[in-house]
Amino acid sequence: MKRVLITTALLALAGTVSAQSKSAADGIAEYRKMLEDGNPAELFEAKGEGLWKTKRGPKNASLEQCDLGKGPGVVKGAFVELPRYFADTKKVQDLETRLITCMETLQGFNGAEIAKTAFGRGEQANVTALATWIAAESRGMRFNLPQAHSEEKKSYEIGKRVFFFRGGPMDFSCASCHGVDGQRIRLQDLPNLTKNPGDGVGFAAWPAYRVSNGQMWSMQLRLNDCFRQQRFPYPGFGSDVTVSLGTYMGVNAQGAQSIAPAIKR
Amino acid sequence: MKKSAFLYAAAGAALLAVAGCASTPKPTSADLDREALAVIKASFRDQGIAKVDRINQDLGQSACSSDKPPSEAVADQVMTQARAAVKWPAGGQYFGDWREGEKLAQNGRGMTWTDTSTAPNDNGGSCYNCHQISKAEISYGTIGPSLYNYGKNRGVSNVAAATAQPIVEYTWMKIYNGKTYNACSNMPRFGHLGLLDEKQMAHLMSLLLDPKSPVNQ
Repeated sequence: MKRVLITTALLALAGTVSAQSKSAADGIAEYRKMLEDGNPAELFEAKGEGLWKTKRGPKNASLEQCDLGKGPGVVKGAFVELPRYFADTKKVQDLETRLITCMETLQGFNGAEIAKTAFGRGEQANVTALATWIAAESRGMRFNLPQAHSEEKKSYEIGKRVFFFRGGPMDFSCASCHGVDGQRIRLQDLPNLTKNPGDGVGFAAWPAYRVSNGQMWSMQLRLNDCFRQQRFPYPGFGSDVTVSLGTYMGVNAQGAQSIAPAIKR
Repeated sequence: MKKSAFLYAAAGAALLAVAGCASTPKPTSADLDREALAVIKASFRDQGIAKVDRINQDLGQSACSSDKPPSEAVADQVMTQARAAVKWPAGGQYFGDWREGEKLAQNGRGMTWTDTSTAPNDNGGSCYNCHQISKAEISYGTIGPSLYNYGKNRGVSNVAAATAQPIVEYTWMKIYNGKTYNACSNMPRFGHLGLLDEKQMAHLMSLLLDPKSPVNQ
């Protein structure tokens, strides 16, 4: 059913583009609009909600007492305040690394093993589904990351430095593509992530369902693939580079409305 | 006696701890620079052809890793080093075939951890990712300037003419190493970092400068 929906949308897009001399960007915008009516991310939301409430793991417990930053069990509004500092782990954590902490402490899973698991496999796929549901519970809310704790401030400053760090065989940094307004790679618009890029853009859109490969992508996977295209080596799942970049983008997006989970080409 | 000594000691320790907290200095910008480097070193691992040595920066990278441009002196140093290291094509073979150049310009592959080789023959030039080039290709990026009519706009009607020589050499330098005239250019250093070989760069030269290339129509 999912595939039928996508194929129909693609055919419709092809029709739109060839029928008139509309700009390609207009055609793409129209295509995205059509897809919004049936975002397959909903399937992952449902799976995530089920996982949150189901007793699982060696301790046969649910995640309903997980503290995502607003107190045990509070899900609504948690997404738009992450990454943040957690006193129990003494670390700034993003949504996915925090979920793994809860899966470890409440359910008895091996967090290090989950972090090592490839995206889309085993418990890692469950983390993505959980993150999708938790993000959806804050849909329409505005980003407001806390910056009161010294570790949160430091995370932002480290993230900023990571963002501008050039390296690899092509000298790219995050800023090479996301440092100024209004640029594209091929026809893909590039949000300027050094400031609030607008409602539902950049940090305020992920996790997102990727139509081109039929996968649900978490923020960790989004960053991972950015580094791949930057021609960098492989960033560890939940590594400080990825979490601090989340803090940098999230704080910059202060006030932006979240549309996550979004749908992307 | 024992008990009060213990209490004094505990109170002293608590005071020290409080004093320690209060006097913990805010990290300086240089502290944060060091910490960010340590975080970067600890966060990446090898994957396929993408090894962790890719995060060891040379001057051209470290000088351009901030939201502020480098000082004029440092920028000059980067450009001087870049110009001194340019290799000119063997036998003065600056040109190849613009059709091959177009294929390279279209090809954005190479050097990621999902690629299997670092050989130039397995890399594209990724030119359309950032530049408009021929008029026919509408799917082009805008990070770099438009290169449409690159040769024509510069008055090149015969690439072998002596009058064309300065722009030929400049263009070669730019493709070989964009830092030669712009210390923090966003363009990959195709020759300097071995992304493309001389023959491939010659094809791109033809694409940009050959009067018969679609770029100059």
